[in-house]
Parts: sequence; structure tokens; C-alpha cells
Amino acid sequence: MEDTNLNEMKDLVLNYVTKEYIDDDDVRITYDTPLISSGYVDSFSMVSLLVFLENKFKIKIPPSKATPEAFDSVNSIVALVNQYLSK
Amino acid sequence: MSYADKTRDLYRSQLAEIHNAGIFKEERFIHSSQSADIEVEFPSGSDLKKVINMCSNNYLGLSSHPEVIKAAHEGLEKRGYGMSSVRFICGTQDIHRELENRVTEFLGTEDTILFPSCMDANAGVFEAVLTSEDIMISDRLVHASIIDGMRLCSAQHDTFKHSSMEHLEEKLQLHADKRLKLVITDGVFSMDGDTAKLDEMVKLCEKYEAMLLVDDSHATGFIGKTGRGTHEYCNVFGKIDIITTTFGKALGGASGGCVSGRKEIVDMCRQKARPYLFSNTIAPVIVSGVLKVFDILSSSTERRDKLEKNAAWWRAGLTDAGFILKEGNTPIVPVMLFNAKLSQDFSRDLYNEGIYAIGFFFPVVPNGQARIRTQISAGHELHHLEKALDAFIKVGKKYGILGLTRDQIVEKYGM
Repeated sequence: MEDTNLNEMKDLVLNYVTKEYIDDDDVRITYDTPLISSGYVDSFSMVSLLVFLENKFKIKIPPSKATPEAFDSVNSIVALVNQYLSK
Repeated sequence: MSYADKTRDLYRSQLAEIHNAGIFKEERFIHSSQSADIEVEFPSGSDLKKVINMCSNNYLGLSSHPEVIKAAHEGLEKRGYGMSSVRFICGTQDIHRELENRVTEFLGTEDTILFPSCMDANAGVFEAVLTSEDIMISDRLVHASIIDGMRLCSAQHDTFKHSSMEHLEEKLQLHADKRLKLVITDGVFSMDGDTAKLDEMVKLCEKYEAMLLVDDSHATGFIGKTGRGTHEYCNVFGKIDIITTTFGKALGGASGGCVSGRKEIVDMCRQKARPYLFSNTIAPVIVSGVLKVFDILSSSTERRDKLEKNAAWWRAGLTDAGFILKEGNTPIVPVMLFNAKLSQDFSRDLYNEGIYAIGFFFPVVPNGQARIRTQISAGHELHHLEKALDAFIKVGKKYGILGLTRDQIVEKYGM
């Protein structure tokens, strides 16, 4: 995938995560910010993110792959999405 | 030897990490019964110190009430000390069912089942009534016992931003295809002392055909004009599908809890809830004490009225003194300090002034939200509150935080 598209995807996910999960206006997350391990995103809330990704990118991510580790940063989320986009 | 040196070393290093992180929890030994005035041994081995307790869940001051103690004594004499059984084998006495009926009447529900604690009620209820076809949608600040209960349940789970009805509605729309939907909230949130918007939640649940579960542990007995709980306060009495609550706080403070709500849900818990099926029945002495508590609450609202008055006085006093409080109108009054170390230093200095109040910080509360959580009781008299307020002001002046904004405190002490 071209860099432009990749960055657009990352921004899309970053914006969703910020809007959905970050309540504190002082917190700014980046592509690398640990989301679940740092406590910004509760693992219970991942289902919304999963549904968002599946609807937005027209993919199906198996529950076994939607792990806290795979969802722990914007970068890792986009890497996961790309695995299923290419299939 | 199975407990090898490397095992011991592993645990020791983990405990050292907890110590080094400054979050090691230490018990303080109280040498008196629970009340506004207590005698505390802290640190361990030190002389006893008389302090005013500003951090107990003894909201109605019933933990050491003479009538409750007398009823417990009578229960002990008439029904014995223990039952040595779970409920469904040979652990149900007439008084267990009597208490379930009293709770049902008090909360305005259809039926009730007792659990050894509300922690157990929350651990058992979800798994008993939901399956993988269903969805649980919880407020992001619900109590840890609800989170543990949801983890034990195969239903999917999602969350909504704390008290955001717009976000909850989005989630109800998102999960419209699920077989059963259960919205989950605390009635009063234990760390912030704010109240769930149950009136709006009931409307949303009716609109989207979802059930509503409320953990009212920090409300039963004193929130609402007759103390029935958050559902009474929000004018949705009789409209909550599932209420979980405890006898371990306002209702005598010993132990025990329950699930109260729709009959079929209670019946399902009686068949399937594992903490009910595999844990001992509540001891007769406690059941007898809680029954007396309901007698007291049903005869007068005097205690909850006094609690409301005390809490309003305390909140106004702290506000006038220049402290930053979490907004709310419950007996839980968090004094915001934001910085973790400041919260610990503040608590220690309060203790030296004869005031027992604990500082909370991450991970118990969100990072940068450290606080002293004060909890008011009907057992407090005005002189208790005046002394506590004087101490808060003295310590507040010491740290130079009175009248400062959040940003100014953070600038001074850091997050």
C-alpha cells in the first residue's frame, strides 16, 4: 500500500480512537501510543473498535485475532487491518 | 519442596515493585467498633490514636446500632451461628426468605435472591442470565466487581462514556441485532459520588428494548426521599429490571448482598448463579441484623435525612474553604488533589490531626485524578464535621492549595 493511503488509514483509526475513548482533552495520542496496556482503552471497549474497522474497511477480523496486543496502538491496528484487506 | 526459593523470590520481587510504585496497601487496625469515633493502631505496633472516621461506608450509622446488635444477638440465640451449607441443600432458613421478601418490598421489585456479598451477586448474575448471543453495555466507571462479573460471562461486552446518554444510545444502535441487551451502571459511583441518570437510561432502554442493571450499593438505604435508592431519586421506582446491592455498607455494614429484580431473572440466578450455588448461605446472625435494619428504615427517614443534611454541610464547608470537589449530592465527597503524592501526604497529615481519610490515586482512579475521598455518615455529629473541616483547612493551607484551580494545583505539584 502507498504511504499516503497508509497514513490516511492511520489518521482514520487515530481519529476514531480519540473520539471514542479519550475523555481527557489534555491527552494526545499518536500512532505509537499504547492504548490498552496504558489504560486509555479498556479491553471491554474493543468491540466498538472491531465493529468500526469491519464496517469501514469491509473486512472480517476473526475474534481470535482481535486481541488486546493487536489493538494496542494505531500502528498495530492498521497492520492487522492490512492483513485482511489483502486477503 | 514445591515452594522453591525461585518462587519465593518471584513473589518478593513483585511485592517490591508494588512497594516501589507507592501503591502497597496496608491495613490499619481499629480497636473499637465501627463509628464516627474510632481508635486506630497505625502503623502496626504504635499506640492507639483516637480519630474521626471520614472514610467508612457506614452511611446511616447503623453498623453499631444497639437495636441491630440486639437483633443479631437474638438471631444468634434462635437460629444458631452457622448453617454449614449452601442455600439449596440445607442452608435456607425461614429468615433468609423473610429477608428476600423485605428487600423486594423495599426496592419495589418482583423478587430477590441473597448472595454472600454484592461482589458475589455481580460475579454471578451476568453469567446466569446472558449467553454469547447477548451484549452487555456498561458505563466505563462501573465498580470492579461488575467488571469481574462481566469477564465471567460469555456475552459480548461494550462500554459507554461515563454518564453519556448520547454515547449509550450510539451503542444501543450499534448492537441492535443482539438477542438480549443489558445496560449496566452503578447507581451512585463510588469514587466520584455522582449519580447515574437512571430516568434517561430507562427511557433509552425502553426505546431499544434493553434491560437495565443498577448496582445500588452506595445508595440503598439513603438515596431518594425514603432511601429506596437511585431509582427512587430518579423517579423510576419499579422500572429497573435488575438491582444489585449490599448489606455491607449502609444496611448494617456486616456482609451479604443480593440480586433483586424481575422474577424470571431471580429464578435464573437461583438455578445458575455460581456464587449462590457454591458458596455458603449468609449467617443467621447477619440476616437477623439486616432484618432489624429494614425495620428501622421503614419506621422513619430520620437517619437518611440527617445524612443528607450532614453531607450538604460538609460539601458547603469544603467549597467555601476553597477546595475543589467532584460535583454531586451524595455522602461521597471527593476532595480533588490531582497529584498522587500530594494525596498521600495530605492523608497522612490529616491523620496526624485526628482525621482518618484515605487518598486514592491511579490505578484506583484515573491518572492525574488523585483525591481524598470523604464519606459522610448519619453517625457524624456537627462537632465531628467541624473538627474535620478545621483539619482539612489547616492541611490545605500547609500545602497552599486553597482557592487554587486544577491547573494551578497541577502546576504546583504536577500530575
